[in-house]
Amino acid sequence: MNINKVDTHIIPFEFEYHSPESLEETVKLLEKYGSEASILAGGTDLLVNMKKRITEPKHLVNIKKIAELNGIVETPEGVRIGATTKLRSIEKSEMVRERLPVLYEAVRLMGSIQVRNMATIGGNLCNASPAADSAIALLALDAKTDIIGQSGLRSIFLSEFFLGPGKTVLRRGEFLTGLSISSLPEGSGSSFLKVGRTSMDIATINIATFLRLRKGVVENCRIALGAVAPIPLRIFRAEDYLKGKAISKDAVEEAAQIVSEDIKPITDLRATAEYRRDVSKALTRDALTISWERAKGRR
Amino acid sequence: MKVELTINRRKGIFEVEPNELLINLLREKIRLTGTKYGCGIGMCGACTVLLDGEPVLACLTLAVDADGGEVETIEGVAREGKLDDLQEAFLEEGAVQCGYCTPGFIMTAKALLNENPSPSEDEIRGYLKGNYCRCTGYVNIIKAVQRAAEKRKRIGKQEI
Repeated sequence: MNINKVDTHIIPFEFEYHSPESLEETVKLLEKYGSEASILAGGTDLLVNMKKRITEPKHLVNIKKIAELNGIVETPEGVRIGATTKLRSIEKSEMVRERLPVLYEAVRLMGSIQVRNMATIGGNLCNASPAADSAIALLALDAKTDIIGQSGLRSIFLSEFFLGPGKTVLRRGEFLTGLSISSLPEGSGSSFLKVGRTSMDIATINIATFLRLRKGVVENCRIALGAVAPIPLRIFRAEDYLKGKAISKDAVEEAAQIVSEDIKPITDLRATAEYRRDVSKALTRDALTISWERAKGRR
Repeated sequence: MKVELTINRRKGIFEVEPNELLINLLREKIRLTGTKYGCGIGMCGACTVLLDGEPVLACLTLAVDADGGEVETIEGVAREGKLDDLQEAFLEEGAVQCGYCTPGFIMTAKALLNENPSPSEDEIRGYLKGNYCRCTGYVNIIKAVQRAAEKRKRIGKQEI
């Protein structure tokens, strides 16, 4: 972006500000104002886009005053994370570090301390960037999204949540309330890797993998990559290839080959498509190898 | 809209527009111009203030959204005319580069030392990452933070 072309000192237009205190009130506001409304959570993406006039909402609905949307709680299956939970709270959570280490690894590398103190997990997902670090880790964890709307609650897997850059399955009046995630099971390992220009930068390409082994055989596996397609992407063909196979260097190599074939990268200011294809192979090999080592009980 | 904010330990009620940013309120209405405007898009950290003790970017925070909060700016760091240990350490180490980023660095460093009284060099560099601007090095800034941490340990101070 050429910051000389826009005045980033101010938000250059007026809007009406709403700060509902309940889910019902929020649904009503979103239903009423539809596409004229934007949800304000951390604001680290939204306010930048408003300064640049990329988006000009007439109504801003701040959902941070709704207490039940914020926080990390234990569930019988694992962990539930509220949509307005700050990235920094996730990074600091012992429960996340123990049960969802791959999410911890992804979140602690995001932006700066200031950004992690402001940005929310729900905002990072609803912004629907194909490169979102948290989305990649949560795809490897097979997280479920909890959505509320006028017709009540629904829950869908995160792998079905994204439709394209900036586009999600959320309909008019709906919003994300949180994520339900199962703890990593025994005998499993996961890892998150990211290639970027600087650690503050958005990923040029990122990956998260999850492997569950039983007697050396892959019982379950998930592979997710970012910045390689219009959405954060699961590579199901590589996962299916590995399932039921004895884990080996050759199997990992073949899975990496499949990943590099199945991604749909573009050339943009961060990298060329060819570069992303090459790097996806190396990253898959590395991430799976780390997950494998961890699944064996080593680091 | 009316917002109630505690700024540098003084409570006040302010009339703000919904599209008014916290930095606009601080700099233009209250004339606390120590908080700097750098990039305006969350990349440089020059506008860092503490909101309820945590470092945040005043250029990406709506004033209405900070309602009820406690804000500390660089002007609030010195107490009763006496510089804080961190400010002194910055002076002693010559830890200003062009100087524009200094208030932001001090606010972030203050939060770091409150959270982690004896950070390693890597931890300091990691925590201050959001304040890196266009210079390089930051060596004296790192030294200043270490110096303040050591002094604080020496005199057994819990909070600075």
